[in-house]
Amino acid sequence: MALDSMEEIFDKARTEQKPFWQVVRDTDVEERQVTAEASFEKMRAAWRAMLESVDTYRAERRSVSGLVGGDAQKMWDYAARAESFCGPYLQEVIATALCVAESNACMNRIVAAPTAGSCGVLPAVLVPLFRRGSVDERQIVQALYVAAGIGAVIGYRASISGAAGGCQAEIGSAAAMAAGALTALRGGTAEQIGHAVAMALKNLMGLVCDPVAGLVEIPCVKRNVIGAVDAVSAADMALAGIESRVPVDQVIDCMGDVGRRLPVEFRETALGGLAATPFGQSVRERLEKTRQTTAGAAE
Amino acid sequence: MLDIFEILGPVMVGPSSSHTAGAVRIGRMARTLLGAAPVRADIGLHGSFADTGQGHGTDRALVAGLLGMKPDDLGIPESFAIAANQGLEFRFHTVRLRDAHPNTAVLAVESAAGRKLVLQAASTGGGRIRVNRLDGVEVSFTGNFNTLVVRHQDVAGELARILNELSVCGVNIANMSLCRDRRGGAAMTVAETDQRIPREVLARIRTLYGVLGVTYYEKEED
Ligand code: SF4
Repeated sequence: MALDSMEEIFDKARTEQKPFWQVVRDTDVEERQVTAEASFEKMRAAWRAMLESVDTYRAERRSVSGLVGGDAQKMWDYAARAESFCGPYLQEVIATALCVAESNACMNRIVAAPTAGSCGVLPAVLVPLFRRGSVDERQIVQALYVAAGIGAVIGYRASISGAAGGCQAEIGSAAAMAAGALTALRGGTAEQIGHAVAMALKNLMGLVCDPVAGLVEIPCVKRNVIGAVDAVSAADMALAGIESRVPVDQVIDCMGDVGRRLPVEFRETALGGLAATPFGQSVRERLEKTRQTTAGAAE
Repeated sequence: MLDIFEILGPVMVGPSSSHTAGAVRIGRMARTLLGAAPVRADIGLHGSFADTGQGHGTDRALVAGLLGMKPDDLGIPESFAIAANQGLEFRFHTVRLRDAHPNTAVLAVESAAGRKLVLQAASTGGGRIRVNRLDGVEVSFTGNFNTLVVRHQDVAGELARILNELSVCGVNIANMSLCRDRRGGAAMTVAETDQRIPREVLARIRTLYGVLGVTYYEKEED
């Protein structure tokens, strides 16, 4: 068993009568030659680190460029004083996505999932559920196995790196992982998890990687929000019985193919997209100036 | 197959797995291979490390690694101040290397006892690293295994003697390389091993004929 396709996981779940998460855990046990308990504890540690990344958020922190920080607090404040369009769960999802992604940009501790740039998506959908007591830690850890298994398949068949496949490979993959995790948490079948993954990935297909000044700040922080919201909608659709017409492994392969064909300007080089706007260029120039002055001062 | 904890992980200080977490690991690798706390470090940044390194905290991450921190250490952003306290002097400059990975750093470090080491390593994505050069000799290892680095004279039979020491204590080799800078000069054997290498075995290898130096990197704990 090697987590090479979603189909393979479905088969294994069917023939061995195991839930999706257990197929992934058993693969880890086999691959790293550890006990099931040790594997579970490691995943639990990842979860606790995610929780901590939310708890240690400080709204006054700013990123290196000075342009990122404080937006999660704005979202929480807004939700406290007015009824948001999104409603109670989704407004928490948005605030949490911002909070973890901002923490990352401000050099706080996060869990890359699958990358540092997309670290806000999974905690965004999971932490609010956990906080309101609708799921316990054990269920969350199981859902994280589902997410990790999905990420492993995407990484193997396509890519989870913005430099290789654009933002669809980072935020898109994170959204697919989160969509699967949510579907599993509500008792969705392995196939429903697959449909959620396919829909989440399809709906961010083609998203370019275009970080301003090459920093994991703009648009990365807010892209975590769309990743999380995409995941919630895909999970709800899958749980409603809505199916992706294109089979999930084909969607993953297609994402990989689109990524390879993206011009290099849209693959983390900061040469295209938002990075190439007049605003983006002005940020780059400003940072280059400060770099030269600090370098001059150091010599 | 991908390790699922490389998908959900590493737990790290942001903002970038390649530019921050990988940079910490490179610094830490240099410290470990030096075998002591460095007191001086001259750090060359190449490619994207030079261009966007400051914004990603690559500079602070490399220094944090030299101080012995791991990628999840909350002291990383403060590493410059900590270095000043612990008596580590460092300077940064830009280097242009030929055919190097865009995220590459060259670290020349020195310990209080005067031991020196020059290491060139790349951050290859997701926080993983690869050491490409050690003291001018081409090498290739990642720190995903326990790693033995032996500098020795380029004499016949040296490799067999080293391997013999490893095999008698039951250490299995996963990957291995032997390179030299010129014939009859200094050579370097790098062995990545599945098991940890016991201290006494390292000591024995140190006393083998022709061996100039032994350094050992033990894989990061889970
Ligand atoms: S824009 Fe690029 S760097 Fe930013 S989150 Fe997307 S893939 Fe990562």
